[in-house]
Parts: sequence; C-alpha cells; structure tokens
Amino acid sequence: MSRRLLTGNAAAAWGARLARADYVPAFPITPQTEIIETLADWIDHGEFDARLVTLESEHSMLTAAGAAAATGVRVFTATSSQGLLYAMEMLYTVAGWRAPFVLVNVSRGLSAPITLEPDHNDVLAARDSGFLQLHCATCQEVLDNVLLAYRLGEHQQVRLPVIVNMDGFYLSFTREPVEVPDAAMAGEFVSVYDPQNIVFRASMPESQAVAVLGGVPYSYFRYETHLAAQNALAVYEALGEQFGERFGRRYTALDCYRSEDAELVFVMMGSFATKAQAAVDRLREAGQAVGLVRPRLLRPFPEASLHAALAGKRAVAVVDQNLSFGKGGVLHTELASALYGQAGAPVLVSFVGGLGGRDIVAEEFYRMFEVTREAAASGVVPAPRLLYTEDELREVRKLQVLARAERAALGGST
Amino acid sequence: MKTAARILGSACFHAGFEVQDAPRYGAERRGAPVFAYVRAAAGPIAERGVIARPDLVVVADQTLVPIAGAGVSAGVDAHTVLLINSEETAVTWRTRLNLSGPVLSFRAGGAAEDRSELPFVGASCAGAAARLLGVVSVADLEQALRQELAGLGTEVIERNLDLAGRAFAQMAEHAGCVAQGEEVPARGYRAPAWIELPFDDARVAAPVIRGAATSELVKTGLWRTLRPVIDYERCNRCWWVCSSLCPDGAIRVLDGRPEIDYEHCKGCLVCMAQCPTHAISAVPEHALEASTS
Repeated sequence: MSRRLLTGNAAAAWGARLARADYVPAFPITPQTEIIETLADWIDHGEFDARLVTLESEHSMLTAAGAAAATGVRVFTATSSQGLLYAMEMLYTVAGWRAPFVLVNVSRGLSAPITLEPDHNDVLAARDSGFLQLHCATCQEVLDNVLLAYRLGEHQQVRLPVIVNMDGFYLSFTREPVEVPDAAMAGEFVSVYDPQNIVFRASMPESQAVAVLGGVPYSYFRYETHLAAQNALAVYEALGEQFGERFGRRYTALDCYRSEDAELVFVMMGSFATKAQAAVDRLREAGQAVGLVRPRLLRPFPEASLHAALAGKRAVAVVDQNLSFGKGGVLHTELASALYGQAGAPVLVSFVGGLGGRDIVAEEFYRMFEVTREAAASGVVPAPRLLYTEDELREVRKLQVLARAERAALGGST
Repeated sequence: MKTAARILGSACFHAGFEVQDAPRYGAERRGAPVFAYVRAAAGPIAERGVIARPDLVVVADQTLVPIAGAGVSAGVDAHTVLLINSEETAVTWRTRLNLSGPVLSFRAGGAAEDRSELPFVGASCAGAAARLLGVVSVADLEQALRQELAGLGTEVIERNLDLAGRAFAQMAEHAGCVAQGEEVPARGYRAPAWIELPFDDARVAAPVIRGAATSELVKTGLWRTLRPVIDYERCNRCWWVCSSLCPDGAIRVLDGRPEIDYEHCKGCLVCMAQCPTHAISAVPEHALEASTS
C-alpha cells in the first residue's frame, strides 16, 4: 500500500488496473481523457495487461463494453457529459443484458450552452437505465469504488453494470493523497472474475432472447432488473464492510458526517459535499447542531438508510447540483418521495447550485443553514432557491450589453 | 503552470502536509491564460475548487496582469503575498495594482528573450513559492521536482533543479512570509447577496450563437509564438499548397502570390512543413517584437 498524490482520473485508472480489467473500449472526451491515456500508457509499458481499443464514438464504445462483458470478461470504460448522452441508447440496452462492467463517468454539465465544468445532469440522465450509480466525493473514493463496483456488479444477486461517478475538475483534475492498495490485496478483494453463465464461444452461438417480446415476458425482465438493483443495496453495505476490514476504509450507502446529534442536516452528492463538510465544521464551531448526509448510491436509492439517518431531524437542506427543468432538483424530489408519509419526517428545503462548476462558497452554506433553520422554526417552507448572486447577474448583464454592442457593430438588430 | 503547481504540491506533501493541487483552464489552446492552485494543511482538506482567499499568489507572466479574464488579483487582500515574475520592482507593482499586502518581484530563471526557456519559469516559481511558505525544505523541493519531471531526461531535470534551487535561495530573506489565512467563520459572516433571478424574455435569455464574423473578429494571431515567413525568392508560385493546407484558411493567393494573414495565423507551421520549395521559415515572435519596438 502506498499513499501518493493522484487526480481523480488517475485514481479511476488505478481502480481499473487493480481490478485487472481485461478490456477497455475507449473514446476521448474532456474531462475524462486522462483516464484512458493513463491506462494506454500502462499497457504500452507492460504494467497493465489489458486490451484497449479506441472506438469511433461513445455509442460504439458502450456497445463494445456491453458485448465484451457478455462474453464473460472484465470490462472497464469511461466517458463524460455529452459522451454519456451519445451512448444513452446503448446504456439502456446493455443494462438489459445483465452483463456487469464498470463505467466511470466524469460529470460535466450538458450542452447547450457548453461548459467543461461539472454538474450532475449528465449522470442523472442515466438514472433509470439499469446501471447502478456510485457517487464519489474524493479521489480515494473513486479508486476504492471502482474496486467495489466490480464486486457489486458481478455479485450473483445483482449482475448489473455500474457507473462510478466523479465530478470533473473538482476531482478529475485535482490531486489529493490517495492510498493505492497493494496489487495482490486488491486482486484478492476483487477476486478472479467468475462470469457464471455469461459465456461466448466462437462457432457456438446461443440466442438468449427472441427478437421482440410481448408485455408479459418484457415486464418480467424489467421487474427482475429492478429487483436486482434493489438487492445491490444490501450487497454494497456488505462489500463496504469487507472492504473496510481489508483496507481500513469502510463504505456505506450513506456517508453521515456529524449528523447523529444534528438537528439540521445538509443532503448532497458528489465532491461538493466535502465543501459542505467544511461548512458543517465551521457551523459546529459556532455552536450549531448541523451535519451532512451524503448518498453514495443513487441507484439503488438507499431509502431505509435515509429514513434512519433523517429520523428526528427538524429540517434538511437538499443541495442539488442538477436541475430538472420545470420541476427542480432531482435529489430533492427523490428524497421527498422517500420521506413522504414517514411519521415525523423533517422539513425539506431545496437549493440548486453548482451548475457548470459554479462554486458554492462557505457563506452560502451558512446562509442555506439559516434559511433551513428558519423553515424548521416557522414550518413555512420557502420556494426552492436557485443559488445566484447580485454580482453574478451583473456579470451576465455586462455580457449581454457587450453582445448587443457587437451585434449592432455587425449591423444586426439590437 | 500545472506542473509548477504539482511540484509545489508534491514538495508540501513530502514535507508532511495534506495536499490538494489542480489546474484550471477553459478550452485548451496555446496562449490562453491558465492557473493552478495548491492547498496544503496539517489535517485533511475538505475545501475544494478555486481558492477564494489565497495566502500566496505567484504570477508567472506579468502580461496577464491587465487581462481581466486572467483574474490575477482575484481574492487578494491585505494578508496575501503576491510574487510576480518581472524585471520591474515590487514597489512598481504594488502601486500599479494598488495592493495593501506584501508584493515581491523576482526574475524567474531562463532568459526572457529566449522563448525556449519559458518552460523553466514554472520550476523557478515553484522554488520561490516553496521558500516563501517557509515549511518546505530544499530536499522536499528536489524530491518533488525529480518526481514530477521524471521521464524528461537528466539534463532537463538538472536544469530545473538548478533554477528552482536558485529561486529558493533568492527568497531566503522572505522565507516564511506567507501567513495562513483564516477560514470564514459561520458567525458574523457576510451573507451572499442572493437574488430572485428574474424571468427574461427568450429574445434575451436564449444563448444564441451568432457565428457571423467571429472568426474574423477574434485575432487568433495573438496565440502565435512562431511566425511563418515566406521567402518570395524561393516561392515557386505553385498557388495552392500552403493556402490549401492551412487549417485556418489564413493564407490567400493573390495573382499567384501567397499572403499570410498574420492577424489570424496561429503559427502551427503546417505551411512551412508542406511547402515543396522550402520557401517558408519560422521566426520567433519575440525576435520580431524586439526588432519592431
């Protein structure tokens, strides 16, 4: 085991290497490219024994990943943002094959307008695909969760592909100290892949399904996928425990930070949650009973753990780094549905921020806490808050003035 | 700059600190401003993203100062040490930038007039910064440099080591001048000026991309470091090779004579490589700038 500075991308690559992935279909996209560059470099230097193939698109890449997984080999692939969307048709398709593999998604806001920086609308578009989703907050979690994802997806109670998600820039290009597990120990943990009945033999094709199903068999397969995804919750908890025993870092479906005796908690996903963690520390110093609850798993959604973690809390500030146009924050919706009808469920206050990498600063966390505390006291829940400041609008207004001037200079209408 | 931040980050890591380092940039292109940041702390670091209130800012290229988008003085306050790579004095910069905190000026290694020396600026900046922090030893710095530059060959590493070491020594009298800023406390903080974002008519709020003339308006020639120059004595007036292969359409042929549009030529030198009569040569921009100023 060695502790070194690694970017989230390098951590993901280490995960694939330590899991001894056999096949890596690849296609570049910022901010994910460093993952496949790292793997390609290791393969070139004989440090990683795998086949890496560059495909002509993410759609083909996912097809290749699913097809290879369906032959019973261990597959690793990675993409981001528009790439994930371009692969979306195959994402749903290969999940239906019930052939497990790991896809790292490096979150980046979607077009249009275009950005390189993160939010979660890309990975949330895959929410209902049948892929399980593990959301990471640190580079260490990225590495560890790639290893966990193989065990999780390959588990016979589950057998589904898994997305391991990290935020672009905030993790992908950010180096942090990461413990790289000893290769032999990691190998022992992921173990030799037993694909069970997932096999492909040349010249011995086996048709696994008829071309078009009616509703009855179709429903069967869909329901079975749902049940398998639900099983993944208990499996993740068990694996997280095993991982902890072996490597000293225990993983649970929910990461609870100073929330046990808290009256109010923040709920959020991904790397911005560590910013909330810092804010929680400062608020605690100021005498406030506040904590943070972060779902690592979005699919399956850890409802029972959330009930337990949020029981008796006065209010919850849900901070969504995504936006479902015409509805609001997705995590808020998910949490509301999980808590609805629960006796003594806390008040939920919704905040949307961090879109396209827009920072959420300490003062905003403090203010979100205050707004949530006021809602708890008055019982009046404020409208969802789209985090945006006077200065930020001013900045955009300035750009609009420039655009109008430029348009006028070009002889266009103003 | 990314490498410079990594050198500093690694040096702090070797010195026993928890570290976070990261570069920030938009769409990658030559000549675009880039910055990188390093956090170091005794305990785990939960804060993320761009540093709002830096304790130390190192400006590797003084020409970034007047570029608003580069944000050189963003978040700089009275406690921030600003170190700038410049021939001009600290007093000049302090006055120019109207700063209340300490300003230091130094000459980063590598001769300014030779652009091939530019890559060495990073090592100097990292070396100087390491000394200003006062908690990183020369040995930590050296170990970091060797690690981050591994694979670039002994000669390059030795030269970087020399320059970083010199910058480290040069900052001796300011060693440890960087003070750790306070976290924003949760009591008595300045509340964010949140607004109710108004609905704007789609004629305003839709992100219309008006392609018209932007390629003409943006002077991409500023990105160039080497300028292709046509020797008309050697040009055989083939009328098509350079102009057809120019990826930016920056060469037009008038009466059989190619002309380079220097306002838009990015200096990729495809034309130079392709010209069958070797009539195009590359001249460093700084040499031309020097001769015209």
